[in-house]
Amino acid sequence: MSEILLSVRGATKSFGGVVANQDISLNVAAGEIVGLIGPNGSGKTTLFSSIVGYHPVDAGSIVFGDKEITHLRVPQIARLGLHRTFQQTRIFVGMSCVQNMQISAPLSQSKGPASLFAPFPVEATEKLEYLLAFVGLYEKRSLSGGELSFGQQKLLEFAMALMSESRLLLLDEPTAGINPTLIDYIVNRLRTANDEFGVTLLVIEHNMHVIMNLAQRIYCLAHGHKLAEGSPKDIQDNPKVIDAYLGAT
Amino acid sequence: MKQLGYGILIGISLVAPFVFPEFRTQLSFLWVMVIFALTWDILGGQMGYNSFGNVLFVGVGMYACAVVQRDMGLDYFSSLFIGVLVAGGLAVALALVVGNALLDLRGHYFAIGTLGLGVAAGEIAGGWDFIGAGSGMVPPLYPGPLDSRDLFFYFQLFAVAVVLFSTLRWLYGGRFGLALNAIRDDEDKAEALGIYTTRYKTAAWCLAALFLGVTGGLLGNVIGFIDPKDVAFAGSTFGVWMIIMVITGGKGTLWGPVLGAVVFHVTQELFWTFLFGWQRVALGLLIIAIAVLFPQGILGWVREHWPKDADTMGQAKSDSQR
Amino acid sequence: MSIPVLSNLNLLFDQPILLVDLVANGFMIGAIFALAAFGMALVWGVMNIINIAQGEFVMLGGFVTLFLMEAGMPAVISVPLAVAVLFIVGGGFYYLVIDRVVDRDMFSSVLATFGISILLSQLSNQFFGADVRTVDPGLGTWLLADGMVSLPWVKLIAFILTLVIGVGLWLFLKSSRLGQAIRATAQNPRAARVLGINTRRVYALTYSLNAALCGAAGGLVVMAWAIHPYMGLPYTVRSFMVVIVAGLGNLPGVVLAGLGLGAAENLAGFILGAEFQIAFVFCLMILVLVWRNMMLKRKRKYLK
Repeated sequence: MSEILLSVRGATKSFGGVVANQDISLNVAAGEIVGLIGPNGSGKTTLFSSIVGYHPVDAGSIVFGDKEITHLRVPQIARLGLHRTFQQTRIFVGMSCVQNMQISAPLSQSKGPASLFAPFPVEATEKLEYLLAFVGLYEKRSLSGGELSFGQQKLLEFAMALMSESRLLLLDEPTAGINPTLIDYIVNRLRTANDEFGVTLLVIEHNMHVIMNLAQRIYCLAHGHKLAEGSPKDIQDNPKVIDAYLGAT
Repeated sequence: MKQLGYGILIGISLVAPFVFPEFRTQLSFLWVMVIFALTWDILGGQMGYNSFGNVLFVGVGMYACAVVQRDMGLDYFSSLFIGVLVAGGLAVALALVVGNALLDLRGHYFAIGTLGLGVAAGEIAGGWDFIGAGSGMVPPLYPGPLDSRDLFFYFQLFAVAVVLFSTLRWLYGGRFGLALNAIRDDEDKAEALGIYTTRYKTAAWCLAALFLGVTGGLLGNVIGFIDPKDVAFAGSTFGVWMIIMVITGGKGTLWGPVLGAVVFHVTQELFWTFLFGWQRVALGLLIIAIAVLFPQGILGWVREHWPKDADTMGQAKSDSQR
Repeated sequence: MSIPVLSNLNLLFDQPILLVDLVANGFMIGAIFALAAFGMALVWGVMNIINIAQGEFVMLGGFVTLFLMEAGMPAVISVPLAVAVLFIVGGGFYYLVIDRVVDRDMFSSVLATFGISILLSQLSNQFFGADVRTVDPGLGTWLLADGMVSLPWVKLIAFILTLVIGVGLWLFLKSSRLGQAIRATAQNPRAARVLGINTRRVYALTYSLNAALCGAAGGLVVMAWAIHPYMGLPYTVRSFMVVIVAGLGNLPGVVLAGLGLGAAENLAGFILGAEFQIAFVFCLMILVLVWRNMMLKRKRKYLK
């Protein structure tokens, strides 16, 4: 395995006595596509939120690259190149696709207050047009985010993450609520982005067909605990995983 | 074409006080209204933070300038110059301090927090002897004939309005404007993209405070008398007008606030005097009517009916980006 | 400014009984704040609207009571009549204005109720004049500790009435059919509509009920204190503050927060001087807001 990009050690998080994550550890290596599965309420989205800093973990540590990010805040973590997408897609509905992409471009290195008023770098325009074409939204670039269909919004959100130079992208159910034709397209785009741009992906997915084909390794959560990990084949054959999904445990 | 339009507007503004000398004060007030509307829209329209207390900065600027003019012992123009600088500076400093706490509030809470801010400032000013308490302050008299005074302040306020408009036109065309729009649409998502939203929010508020403070300093001299609740922290007039003008013209656009300010000011000058003391009752009715019937504003309405034309006149963004 | 503050503090230390008087009277006034805050919490919780015109309803209730009593009616009849009048006024404003903004964004409703607030205060100014008015119910004052602590009977009655209305409101929401409809609408208006509840009527009733509560508060204020056309906004802010301290849907909390605010305000008015009492109310509101939000921010949340 190549260099480890994300390492979660013993992450524990509870909300008012309800334990959402209990002592969860996982690793994601640079360049991998890793799946995260589990029945509803097993704590997948909570783990995502902890990793990107929406709520800090109660115990445990999270390391990204060579940097401890356990207690950093959302924008700080995002600037390191660790982003997430949302189950209910979140884009800026009042802004055009181009503007959505422009604001996703990372700030130039200057850190002073002047950077707030910095203009857009010229090369960003080429890049954003390339990325919009990459997700098939170039024709719709001047429509506002709110005018896109749900699937197109998901693609735009994905393109925005690529625009902001994600090294690791956490995708929360990228194919939920999408029609089957578009699902294939999205899966294809994810894989291509992983190949071409070297973006590492950690994917929550309920569609077993999708995740078994997409991911190289899979973690399975149940009731806030890590239940199993391994190749798609191992996971499919693991009786504990099957029990968890059928509700036998 | 665009340059020509701007040129004509500037030309009209330059000759107007000479063509209509009897309306100089009203014309000066027109620029004050334009500044009020444009500054309110920075937060209320572009960023989605509806402040009901921007009048705070007007009042602080007014008092700061008047105190400098009273206590520095300089000649009129030097003390006015320094007074206006201090007014702007103090307003920004206040915006920094208060902004860091208040701008973390969202929705209802921000609206009511800022409403409280404006009223509290008026109440404190009304009890503070150093600035004249309830009897207010009178800025020094302009050393010259009345019409040169009117011209002097007309061009001062015109200049402030032009600088403000150009600054905003430039900012809304760049990353700053987009960041404010992103905060308006989804603040959490903006943070998730690595935007330090607090910095943008504070910067936007300081920008509004700067121009409101400077305008307040000048406005105190134009009006010639500073009453704590009716002139300086006049929430029930200036404070409400800011919001109405922006909504009337169209929130979140560059020209909407300007348009709203002109429409509101002209209507007010034409009809208000016929209302014989019922002006504020009418104001209440107007607010309700706008909130219920016309929330999208003139530009919003134009855009609904003629989407293409509105884009060319309403959005500086699109032209400076392409 | 600092000298009178110090001497006022000294006076308090020399005469601790004065403190008792201030706090006791503050509690009584605070009970009236709680009454208006019940209404605000109701409208906020059910319709997600913060009614900026809250204080103006209190003022109107005060004026109705004032005129009835000046016409020779006893308080026992005047205050209930004020409640009834305000119930109708509230319903009127609901169908004319609120009904059209209740489903829209937060800004529309804040702006609309702000407009109602300005309209009502300016109308009162035109019709009733800007004077500070009060009426004496002729109930006398209860003197304690050799007259060092004086509690007007009308304030005591206001205090008890608030508790009674609070319990009544709780019972109404808990057990009556209408109360259950209100609670169902508050939780999920769409589901309530599916179940056959006329949510529009529930909203209208909630808003009327709120105005009626304010009317009761106003009737008490005019007897225990004083009213004038521009008194509204401070009452709105007090109600708002009480609700954010207590939290939505916490009636006992509203009573406690109201009492605490009344006492704090009375003390501050004495120590800082009466001219800064309103400034104190508004500054306290901002501090409470910022403090609540900072507590949440530590958990990376914010006030919703």
